[in-house]
Amino acid sequence: MTIATQGVPTPRTHKKDQDSEVAMRLLIIEDDRDAADYLVKAFREVGHVAELATDGEEGLAHALDGQYDVLIVDRMLPKLDGLSVIGTLRSKGNETPALILSALAQVDDRVKGLRAGGDDYLPKPYSFAELLARIEVLARRRGGREEMVYRVADLELDRLSHQVKRAADEIILQPREFRLLEYLMKHAGQVVTRTMLLENVWDYHFDPQTNVIDVHISRLRSKIDKGFSQQLLHTVRGAGYMIRDGR
Amino acid sequence: MTALGKLFRTTTFKLTLVYLTVFALFAAFLLAYFAWNTRRLVTQQIVATVDAEISGLSDLYQQGGIRRLIFSIDDRGSRPGSSLYLLTTAAGEGVTGNIGSLTTGILDKSGWTETAYRRIDESDTAAEHQALVRVVQLPGGFRLLVGRDLQERERLHDIIISAGRWSIAIVVVLGIAGGFFVTRRVLKRVDAMTGTTQRIMRGDLSGRLPIAGTNDELDRLAGNLNVMLERIEALMHGLKEVTDNIAHDLKTPLTRLRNRAEEALRMAEDESQYRAALEGTIEESDGLIRTFNALLMIARAESGQARDGMTTFDAAEIAHGIGELYEPLADDKGITLRVEAPDAAPMRGNRELISQALANLVDNAIKYAAPESTTLAPDQSPPVNGAQPEIVVKAVGEGDRILLTVADTGPGIPTDDRSRAVERFVRLEQSRSQPGSGLGLSLANAVARLHGGELRLEDNQPGLRSVLALPRGESAVAASQSAPREGVPIP
Repeated sequence: MTIATQGVPTPRTHKKDQDSEVAMRLLIIEDDRDAADYLVKAFREVGHVAELATDGEEGLAHALDGQYDVLIVDRMLPKLDGLSVIGTLRSKGNETPALILSALAQVDDRVKGLRAGGDDYLPKPYSFAELLARIEVLARRRGGREEMVYRVADLELDRLSHQVKRAADEIILQPREFRLLEYLMKHAGQVVTRTMLLENVWDYHFDPQTNVIDVHISRLRSKIDKGFSQQLLHTVRGAGYMIRDGR
Repeated sequence: MTALGKLFRTTTFKLTLVYLTVFALFAAFLLAYFAWNTRRLVTQQIVATVDAEISGLSDLYQQGGIRRLIFSIDDRGSRPGSSLYLLTTAAGEGVTGNIGSLTTGILDKSGWTETAYRRIDESDTAAEHQALVRVVQLPGGFRLLVGRDLQERERLHDIIISAGRWSIAIVVVLGIAGGFFVTRRVLKRVDAMTGTTQRIMRGDLSGRLPIAGTNDELDRLAGNLNVMLERIEALMHGLKEVTDNIAHDLKTPLTRLRNRAEEALRMAEDESQYRAALEGTIEESDGLIRTFNALLMIARAESGQARDGMTTFDAAEIAHGIGELYEPLADDKGITLRVEAPDAAPMRGNRELISQALANLVDNAIKYAAPESTTLAPDQSPPVNGAQPEIVVKAVGEGDRILLTVADTGPGIPTDDRSRAVERFVRLEQSRSQPGSGLGLSLANAVARLHGGELRLEDNQPGLRSVLALPRGESAVAASQSAPREGVPIP
């Protein structure tokens, strides 16, 4: 497959695609100065505010004091490691969503990270688009209630009856297609990367090396968007996909 | 420590000493018991004899009076090997008997006593003997003493004790000497092993422990350690190979990356060209990262690091999951993909790695089994083998193994090339044009080996059949006794 360009998306393109975006307050706990500065700048370019802590203890202190939407925690930190920082926060009742960055990419490492209280786990090296998409999903998760019916424009998905309708016409979906659409609609207006889909809809943590996901998406798209004037399932270049009311 | 000191501190020698001590103590105890018992026996005999005589003499006295008694005593006392007799008046004056002298005061005691004595006919006044005697009062005031010499008893006792002392001494000496020699022999063998292991630790991994051929526990230990050394040598070799490979394999894409960037610097003229160059660089970097991750995973699988991620899961579920993930892609390329895994196939392993291995095999099948041109319209000429290309993914149990199979109807791999195909980065002639890193089969192979199984590439006639043969693992065997899984068919 030709790998879609993965890099820092230009602010213009990104903002246009993410209009449900609210400026977030982020705390980055990372001891690698270069990586940290890069992240702070990149987040600023897309409209978020990022603060920096360069070791575990400083990070913990900031996190306890401040009100952040999402914490980005590197696993290996001086003074206090990332997992301990999160563990301490959780034990003090702080439920701020935390995304763990780590060079350790095995499934066990991931499980350990999530068990320590992390909400997501991203192995290094990562693309900023991936990180951004996951951060925004984490931030929004915080405020949501569990809805039973997802709606985007005239597309409706009933999670209980497993029925999907567009403009009141029923659309028949295979079980996997339904789950794919469900995940996309759950994060309507947010970028959903291929890796996120593979992890959450299929529960796989490896890199498939080919564009398997793309084909599933295009099949879904042909079922829900074909014949309708308004396209809801968008490809976000350099990042992934998004279901969005285009108006 | 000195050689002797080393020898004395061996387990063998210490055990010998312990054994020796126990044995010696036991023998001493046994001999003491024997000695005591025989002594008692002899004493009993003496007592019985003396009692019988006293009883007889008493009767004689009752019947025949003092004369009769005296006569009998004289008669008996003169015979060889007789008992000892002494008859005295109430006042202590001797009447008759064969005892010359006694320890003073014996006559005053009644009952049994041991006493020194001399016979009446003994010339040597210095000689003294021991006797066991009994004194009884006769009606009329006479005192009768009957006894027997204890010399035999004492001699028997002495012989036994002496024999005991000698034998224990000999046993101890022989034991220590024997222990010494046996220990020295054992120590020699152990030292030979220690010498070899030290050589090995200094770096000569080809060393092996010597086997004496006696098939005893030391030989078995040496044999097992040798097997372990083989494995270590193979692993070290493998590790060196892996690091060599990684270094080599990453240099090529890194060089490519650098060259492209350099070329862009030289040749790009406007912003869009620079932008394109940068995007290309990122693309190349991503590919490099992927390759690196795949190599890392292969290295981990080959060195056994992933062993801790083992769980029990259903291989049929994996087959269905992967099949379902890749089915649309296959369909897009004109290939039918179906899964045959009706029964549950529980096994123990690393679920992620096996999923990835199977995914790689399916991915390969799709890549290479596609019809020559993906733009064939339905009414155009049929594909190479004359049939609709098909990929079948199976999960079946076979004995103590689970077989995960991906069979395609593509061109297959020629027999000679099959072992090469599994090597890293090998792209066989017919597949040079395909994208991908060339690591798919390598990973599948490494995963199979990690689980103690194997990856087989077989002729599907036509096409290729890749088989992951994996051991079920113990805990899964029990689970496999349950009823077949209710299958969820692929939509």
